[in-house]
Amino acid sequence: MSTHAAEKRGFGAVLWDYLTTVDHKKIAILYLIGGGFFFVLGGLEAMLIRIQLISPDNEFISAQFYNEVMTMHGTTMIFLAAMPLLFALMNAVVPLQIGARDVAFPFVNALGFWLFAFGGILLNLSWFVTGAPDAGWTAYAPLSIISPGHGVDFYAVGLQISGFGTLMAGINFIVTIINMRAPGMTYMRMPLFTWTTFVASILILFAFPALTVGLFEMTFDRLFGANFFKPEMGGNVIIWEHLFWIFGHPEVYILVLPAFGVFSEVIPTFSKKRLFGYSSMVFATVLIAFLGFMVWAHHMFTVGLGPIANSIFAVATMAIAVPTGIKIFNWLLTMWGGNIRITTPMLYALGFIPSFTIGGMTGVMLATAAADLQYHDSYFVVGHFHYVIVGGVVFGVLAGLTYWWPRMFGTMLDEKLGKWTFWLFFIGFHLTFFIQHFLGLMGMPRRYWKFLPDQGLDTGNLISTIGAFFMAAGAILFVWNIIITSVRNEKVSGDPWDARTLEWAIPNPTPEYNFKQIPLVRGLDPLWIEKMEGNGKMTPAEPLGDIHMPNSSFLPFMMSLGLFIAGIGVIFQVDNNSWWIVAIIGFAITLGTMFLRSIKDDLGYHIHKEDLEDKGAGVK
Amino acid sequence: MKGWMGRFRALFLLSGLTLLLSGCGKPYLSALQPKGEGSEMLFNLMLLSIGIMIFVFLVVMVIYIYVVLKFRQKKGQEDHIPKQTEGSHVLETIWTVIPIILLLILAVPTVQYTFALSDTKNVPEDQEDAIWIEVTGQQYWWHFDYKDLNIQTSQELYIPTDQRVYLELTSKDVIHSFWIPTISGKMDTNPIENKNEMWIHAYEEGVYWGKCAELCGPSHSLMDFKVVAVSPGEFEQWVEDMQNVNPDEEPETVVAKEGKELFQQNSCAACHAVGSSPVAVGPNLTSFGDRTTVAGIMDYNKENIVNWLMDPEKYKPGNKMSNNYPALSEEEAGKIAEYLMTLKPSEIGLDDAEDGDYIKSQKDENNNEENTQDQE
Repeated sequence: MSTHAAEKRGFGAVLWDYLTTVDHKKIAILYLIGGGFFFVLGGLEAMLIRIQLISPDNEFISAQFYNEVMTMHGTTMIFLAAMPLLFALMNAVVPLQIGARDVAFPFVNALGFWLFAFGGILLNLSWFVTGAPDAGWTAYAPLSIISPGHGVDFYAVGLQISGFGTLMAGINFIVTIINMRAPGMTYMRMPLFTWTTFVASILILFAFPALTVGLFEMTFDRLFGANFFKPEMGGNVIIWEHLFWIFGHPEVYILVLPAFGVFSEVIPTFSKKRLFGYSSMVFATVLIAFLGFMVWAHHMFTVGLGPIANSIFAVATMAIAVPTGIKIFNWLLTMWGGNIRITTPMLYALGFIPSFTIGGMTGVMLATAAADLQYHDSYFVVGHFHYVIVGGVVFGVLAGLTYWWPRMFGTMLDEKLGKWTFWLFFIGFHLTFFIQHFLGLMGMPRRYWKFLPDQGLDTGNLISTIGAFFMAAGAILFVWNIIITSVRNEKVSGDPWDARTLEWAIPNPTPEYNFKQIPLVRGLDPLWIEKMEGNGKMTPAEPLGDIHMPNSSFLPFMMSLGLFIAGIGVIFQVDNNSWWIVAIIGFAITLGTMFLRSIKDDLGYHIHKEDLEDKGAGVK
Repeated sequence: MKGWMGRFRALFLLSGLTLLLSGCGKPYLSALQPKGEGSEMLFNLMLLSIGIMIFVFLVVMVIYIYVVLKFRQKKGQEDHIPKQTEGSHVLETIWTVIPIILLLILAVPTVQYTFALSDTKNVPEDQEDAIWIEVTGQQYWWHFDYKDLNIQTSQELYIPTDQRVYLELTSKDVIHSFWIPTISGKMDTNPIENKNEMWIHAYEEGVYWGKCAELCGPSHSLMDFKVVAVSPGEFEQWVEDMQNVNPDEEPETVVAKEGKELFQQNSCAACHAVGSSPVAVGPNLTSFGDRTTVAGIMDYNKENIVNWLMDPEKYKPGNKMSNNYPALSEEEAGKIAEYLMTLKPSEIGLDDAEDGDYIKSQKDENNNEENTQDQE
């Protein structure tokens, strides 16, 4: 695809292309690079945690540093690795799956990415100034309010900026999926990955404002003398917990629903069967999302909300197991009677089913509010949510990347290396996290810098650390696979997996306008229908004509950079008033570029019909 | 309530599970080896939920293994195109309804126990003078105030084994969480407002380990405490001894006397109370001589007390004692340690919790005598 053509240009030209791009396919690659970088960083932090806990009373890292590493591991993995990697897949695939030429707002799409990137960089800048945030990724007040240094300020401001980006991305996908589907692509013909993206975006739209409000209140408490969460001044620390989890619980589904979507694409493709119970899968997705907003207080069973609230939230939480179970059985029945090819993406799907089932089971166990008094904040919970997030989301991302790699880069990741990666990662994952359920019940609370000898926790922690090294080896192998695949650069056909959905109907490399003519969709799995009932090609829904394209723009980068600079100024103005100058410069850059964007007409350009014909019209 | 959960346990699967799980961890720390009323209820609930979940997992895995083995692509069938099944209403109804039934089975005891465990209002009838203790979490130690008994301790909580003891939980700084896995579940201690209540009830004598379960700063992992459960008669003895503490009592040995003077000179007493006093800046040291550990984490011996006094930061990073008192020489620290180790106001200590001797409450003895007299 375009990277190939770009190689012939200079490095500077490529760099400028990516800094200014508004093309969803290139933004996907940017998200992949950003998310991948933070995934590696979060993984290194995880390794520090596991090495510290390899033996009792270990002094490998100090208590304060441990808290910073543990906080940043969680924050990085959730906000800066998992979500961007999913956005990479969504950007790469969703417009193609619905037969669109781009997302609804290409400019905003780029802005969303750069806000995420600068927010993430700002957050990690804290390592080099006064230390990273140390109050856990949940940043419970008042610990986060009284935390010395600027660590938690970076947390609040950094996440605020990247949160704006996430909100924009969510809104963009909602509008795209509602408005830009190809003719015939009705809601109930949309691929499951598009459906889950759609539902996850709606979750973002409603969940992120709670985080925004919470972070603003925290920022004002720490930097401007407000008293939202200061109990001695009449503030209330429990409100932060509510705000955080009203965001935080839907966040879990924001992550895991798109992963479900990936598997709902991978399993039918490699079973050569349509998805079993498509409409109940859609219904289950919507139901999970709806219930996901009703259950946040199950993170707070020990806070003292009282038995009535705890019981209601317990039963509501259990209810989520029903639609999730429907999904598991539908996947199993999709494979039933199929012709299963065990490729790397399918291997991840097969690894996902038992792993996620265990995560779901421990989820129901946690939902029993009374028993949660034992599980809560112990390693049982750590085991549980890693089964959900690694067993669900990370497996989903790895499956999705391997599956769509040919679409994104025109090359196939090495299958043999891919399978090695899977087995290392899969075995390491179970070694690391299964034992943690037992560690928790044996009396090990979470976020422990060290455990002491003679408490029966030594063997379990050692096994867990060994598992972590297997996972690290798997991750390194994956990166190696990417490198050698890029070096080999062997292009494959546009449909290397013999797949079913619209994104595989495009030649390789994907043209910048995606579809020369918008295709006509005749049912679920449109490409498969054409393969079975037609000539294997999509029928165009429009005559060949000029294609309207958006112009590249450097403004998204500048707007985000402005907020980044302003953020630094706002954080340090408590030390010295002259930092306000920096803040004002930053805000001026952001508002100035916004103003520029408003007054300058940017009408885009057209690719003319004649140029399209030159490139071999009628192939599609 | 215990009855019908007990019947579940009789099921072969669950009793096997019980055996399997009770091998996990140390008896004084593991939630899988319950020694109290609350933890036993929770353990039963866990077993029930694990049992249901293992059933579900087995069903999923049987289908999964069958599907993967049976429908894996065979040689020469690469081009085979299977029937494109749309779905099945019957099947989909089955796997919607059965989970709902399973969850209802689980939901009933969940709600029941949730209410039972948080019930601090309906004190049992035979316990009209229930013991209420105010628990205060602070970075990184615990304070226990036996409100009606006018007794204060820190780090070690003495309770009788014959009754529920009621706790009121609060914090002086950040949120902590009070957890004794073998006796009961955990409950957060929220700062200032939002006080919580819970009850604990140990069935057997013993020293049980408590933990802080909510991230509270660098030494979160070192904020351990102990629950010393003794028989009712021993507890009454302990209460009487603690109420009769004379904080001004002079130690017997010369070294300890010098230690006491140093204790006062070096402003230790500004933060640490000896004798009954409201919650102070530092832990109450009235019964320091009976402690099981130094600072909640180190073996109890003079060497460790000296080490702690010389450099507390090394053992509990971020604690509030470091640098808040004049530097001590090793000799001075040694003398203070000698003094602190003499603070044993009660005959009741660890031995009584671990010996298994059950001494009845005085009250019960009297009642019995009265009963026998009545009969006569």
